[in-house]
Amino acid sequence: MASVHFTYALRRFYPGLASIEIEADTVSEIVSQLDESYPGMSDYIVDERGALREHVNIFVNNTRIKDRQNLGDRVGKNEEVYIMQALSGG
Amino acid sequence: MANDTLLVGTRKGLLVYKKDGERWQVAHDEFFGIPVSMVYFDPQNGDWWVALDHGHWGMKLHRSSDKGRNWEEVEAPKYPEGTMIKEEVPASLRYIWAFSAAGNEFPGKIYIGTEPGGLFESNGEGFDFNTALWNHPSRRDHWTGGGRDYPGIHSIVVDPRDSNHLYVGISVAGVFESTDRGTSWQVRNKGLRADFLPDPHAEVGHDPHLLLSSPSNPDVLWQQNHCGIFRSTNAGQSWDDISDPDGPANFGFAIAVDDQDENRAWVAPAISDVTRVAVDKALCICRTDDGGKTWKDFRSGLPQEQCYDIVYRHALVASGDEVVFGTTTGNLYASNDAGETWKAITHNLAMVYCLCFAN
Repeated sequence: MASVHFTYALRRFYPGLASIEIEADTVSEIVSQLDESYPGMSDYIVDERGALREHVNIFVNNTRIKDRQNLGDRVGKNEEVYIMQALSGG
Repeated sequence: MANDTLLVGTRKGLLVYKKDGERWQVAHDEFFGIPVSMVYFDPQNGDWWVALDHGHWGMKLHRSSDKGRNWEEVEAPKYPEGTMIKEEVPASLRYIWAFSAAGNEFPGKIYIGTEPGGLFESNGEGFDFNTALWNHPSRRDHWTGGGRDYPGIHSIVVDPRDSNHLYVGISVAGVFESTDRGTSWQVRNKGLRADFLPDPHAEVGHDPHLLLSSPSNPDVLWQQNHCGIFRSTNAGQSWDDISDPDGPANFGFAIAVDDQDENRAWVAPAISDVTRVAVDKALCICRTDDGGKTWKDFRSGLPQEQCYDIVYRHALVASGDEVVFGTTTGNLYASNDAGETWKAITHNLAMVYCLCFAN
């Protein structure tokens, strides 16, 4: 099970947001399962193509994912996944 | 009916104004801090619609069926899998720029216009993508972005006499008409001028900033265009340039049309496309009462020096003698004498993107 953690910015839309555990092999599988716990959340993270939104970052442990189009980066057991807001503006 | 509710979409949220006697007062605000790209009052069922342009999280749609007391998020339109803007550039929703009720025969249904050029219609569970417009043979080679990266549908006009008859205005492509509820589309740009093209009279590639029809005679269409103001009296078959050669009514974004008089409209002029500032740094609203043959500029109550305000395309509205507009520097002005004199509602808003009355 991977532990999935969220940026505080998402609490505006999901006030009860808390880290969750998800069984998955890839980041894509994790994002697609988010809606089970937080309905509609995947639309905040990826567009209708499944590509990561331009100003969102996902890290597996401390490494930013490389495949922003298909989110095919692997996730090992007991790894930490962070869904973060990229900084933009000043 | 008297206008007693005004919805104001700004770069920092939605403000709901109520009229208290002669004064507009903020009743409440919603979506605090979030850019509102478009706001719409559905006259058929009274729903309020808001499109939010989250910088990070994508475009979102919200609807209220109880005059703004409660809101629900509605899943935003999605471009179907495999839809391509051009080779190797998949289409995805970038901006929501227009709403329209789908017409008297289809209560509760709405159209949504988007960047990169997709038209959607609600189906009760989500939104259907209009493939006929997307597959129009002109799109790939002659539609371009204007101010935004890709073409955007900012105007949707449904004929109140026939819900199968509609128009869209696209920046940058022009006006398209359908008489079969979006199954097929015809170009309606004859008479327009695109000074930014090698051939200003090209069939497609025009930039109507906003397209409207006259409620009292839907065959009379108006548009504030990038290259002037144009009017059609034959349902879009051809357009006449009604810009004022000697006055300020030329370049701009917004236009509002009188709901009783097909010859009356208002525009909010700016200097030009290369200098997007109020003409002579003085704010005015121009009105025609004769179908564009002549224009009068009205300035009473509006700043006449060091004024940089411009009015975005969805930020000027008229209903009866009530006219309201919001500006890029956060000013909001109202007139109750058909635009002849003005009073400031406020000077301190964020950039105003869109307005609508909600009665």
